[in-house]
Amino acid sequence: MTLTSKEVWREFASNKMAVAGFAILSVLISMSVIAFATIPAETFRQWNDPSSWLEFPKSAQPSWVNLFLSEKIPEHSILAPHEYMKKSGNASVITDVFVSDYEYDSFPSDFIYHYSARYQGSPLLQLSVVRPDGLSAVLYSSSLPLYQTREVFDGLAFSADDAVKTNILSSMKFGFDYGFLPSQDLVFSELGQERVLKGTYVFKVTVYDPSGNLSLDKSQFVLGGKVYGLLGTDELRRDLAVGVLWGTPLALFIGVTVSLGSVVIGLVYGVYAGFKGRATDEVMMRFNDIIYAMPALPLLIILAVTIGNSIFLIVGFLVIFGWVGIAKVSRSMAMQIKTLQYIEASKLMGQKDFRIILKHVLPQLLPYAFASIAISVPAAITTEAGLSFLGLGDTSFPTWGQILHDASSYGAAERGMWWWILPPGIMIAITGLAFVFIGNAMDAVANPKLRR
Amino acid sequence: MGFKRYLAKRAITMFGVLMATLLITIALVGSNMDSILKQSVSLEVRQQVTNDKTLIASFKDPEQLNKYVQGQIKQREMSLGLDQPWYVPSRLGLAMYKILTLDFGHAKFLTSDTGSSDVKDIILEKLPRTVLLFTTATIVISLLGIFLGSVAANKVNSMLDRITSGFAIVSSSFPVWWVGLIMIFLFAFLYPIFPARATPETSPSEPGYLASLLYHMALPLITLVLIGFGSWAYLVRNFLVGILQEDFIFAKRAAGISARKILFKHALKNATPPIMTVMALSLSGSLGGAIITEAVFDWPGMGRLYYEAISVLDLPVIIGATYVLTAFFLASIFLADVLYSYFDPRVRRQ
Repeated sequence: MTLTSKEVWREFASNKMAVAGFAILSVLISMSVIAFATIPAETFRQWNDPSSWLEFPKSAQPSWVNLFLSEKIPEHSILAPHEYMKKSGNASVITDVFVSDYEYDSFPSDFIYHYSARYQGSPLLQLSVVRPDGLSAVLYSSSLPLYQTREVFDGLAFSADDAVKTNILSSMKFGFDYGFLPSQDLVFSELGQERVLKGTYVFKVTVYDPSGNLSLDKSQFVLGGKVYGLLGTDELRRDLAVGVLWGTPLALFIGVTVSLGSVVIGLVYGVYAGFKGRATDEVMMRFNDIIYAMPALPLLIILAVTIGNSIFLIVGFLVIFGWVGIAKVSRSMAMQIKTLQYIEASKLMGQKDFRIILKHVLPQLLPYAFASIAISVPAAITTEAGLSFLGLGDTSFPTWGQILHDASSYGAAERGMWWWILPPGIMIAITGLAFVFIGNAMDAVANPKLRR
Repeated sequence: MGFKRYLAKRAITMFGVLMATLLITIALVGSNMDSILKQSVSLEVRQQVTNDKTLIASFKDPEQLNKYVQGQIKQREMSLGLDQPWYVPSRLGLAMYKILTLDFGHAKFLTSDTGSSDVKDIILEKLPRTVLLFTTATIVISLLGIFLGSVAANKVNSMLDRITSGFAIVSSSFPVWWVGLIMIFLFAFLYPIFPARATPETSPSEPGYLASLLYHMALPLITLVLIGFGSWAYLVRNFLVGILQEDFIFAKRAAGISARKILFKHALKNATPPIMTVMALSLSGSLGGAIITEAVFDWPGMGRLYYEAISVLDLPVIIGATYVLTAFFLASIFLADVLYSYFDPRVRRQ
């Protein structure tokens, strides 16, 4: 290899595949950086904890589908309050106002008011709505549990509560059969017919506290929709954008670690066998043959089931089956290099085998090594994804395979939940493609003969 | 080295691999297997004792009964050899011998469609379906690939050539099982043409079973072909492009033989050894991948059996299925070797 690093770079820059590969890779790396920077690492632990996803909608499509639809699907929104506080004498009144411009063509799936109040005594909480047509109704009214000392109460008011429907019907008269309609439909419907009344809705929460020592630590109004975020949510209300984004650094970690480990082991093993020759070579290559011919997937599955399925163990298992091919090739390359004159010269000069391998043989194989690192990344990623897909992966991390496993076990394909299946698979393929492009380009630079 | 000696050497290596895989499998599941066996022995003995009313009546107090039961369990374990750990040579040898002679024992939970719990019966029932699906797929893929690859090789750098190469690279980056999910979405949900689950509803004894099986096979088959033929065509194209540059092809051209005849008769004939090898190897590869593919489509073959056995940890089935899968895997690798060395005698004389 007499190429200088400058020439190698020029070679790369003129190779369209290499440019495309590096472009995709840099996008993936920046996605990983964004994942680390914006999403707290605790999401890992929250991913499988249903209670941390309560405020998200169930099986919502991505919100951009509305761009292609004439009938707009309501977007899931978590409204933040405008807070007003009033003190009259000893008593205090907190009023939180939530405003929603409802311009969708179908009814919301539900609404939930989630609050956490700090008080002493027993304040009264009331939720009311003012509709675009000027009508208003009290939806929910309840006194909070009595506390002797000042404490925090965490509470929820659901649209599914029977009292909500009764309250609406007592203040509005509908001209259609509302028998089985849920309360959110009634709140958002025209009076004459069952159709969405578009416009600005104002939800007002009022808390009266006679003792005057009241504060609302948390107050949010969740208007349940059927589309959410960039990639939608799954059956367990998890935000898929978070999962797919977090999957990126995981996939890169798995792919690069496995291929790096395999290549280093394979290279050292193969070069040593090839350089030593004779009985050493024979024994080492028979062992290599045995591992080479083993069916990887069944054994990987048994390993994952019996030994463990932590992500680091799986990386190790993948290395066990990954190094053999590389060892074979580097052995034959080492055997060719061994016969070159300058190797024989350094042998005659009394160089030790170890030094010859390190100084004269390994450097020759480096271009091949780099190319095989890149080329073996996709296989590592797909194999891990496959194991996770079978439910044998590390469940504490949202890898792409894990997301697809959940999708498959909830029958996402048969139920048409395309947004749950497409993004993880496309990410797997794109990541694989990036490394294939880079690897092929490296191969072309390393072996000019292949270029034609 | 003669052809026979070469074959013998390869066969011995393959047998060594089979034994090594078997040994690793037993080593990995051996201790679990023993504890499960011990549990079932003690359960069996207790059941026997409780059912035998006269035997219970002959004991004066529960302690004595307990002692008797423990003694019985110990005796039974001794007779099964469970008093010694699984890695004792005699037990290991016996286990290996049993598996070699296809005596896999009885499954813990799984049964065959006919209700037998003999692992051999279960495997013999599932194996033909896997072979049916994957050999059909391999044959279709290779025919399509050879045809497309030859056409592409004939017009290097043409539109068709570029499309084939591009499709090959893109299609091989998608996992087969993911494409399977997409196909189920497209053809079972969006346009409900094929069933989403590939297990036929009719029972195997009914006359319409074969037709139903073939209908349910369509979706997995289409998926396998779709994912596979691109890289096949690319491979065949690369082999042929190399061969078309050889001198004897130029000689034939100079002799005025038509390009079509040169391509399909002479060039393709010379590309046969590598093509045959890759065909056998891809068959073995797809058998290994069958576990995931069959799990996606719910195809009732060896792969799904393996998946089910893993999810309920049915160890006799796991060991049996690993053995059979490995044997098939090795047989196809061996076949690849044989074909290659038969067509290309240079390989034998290393």
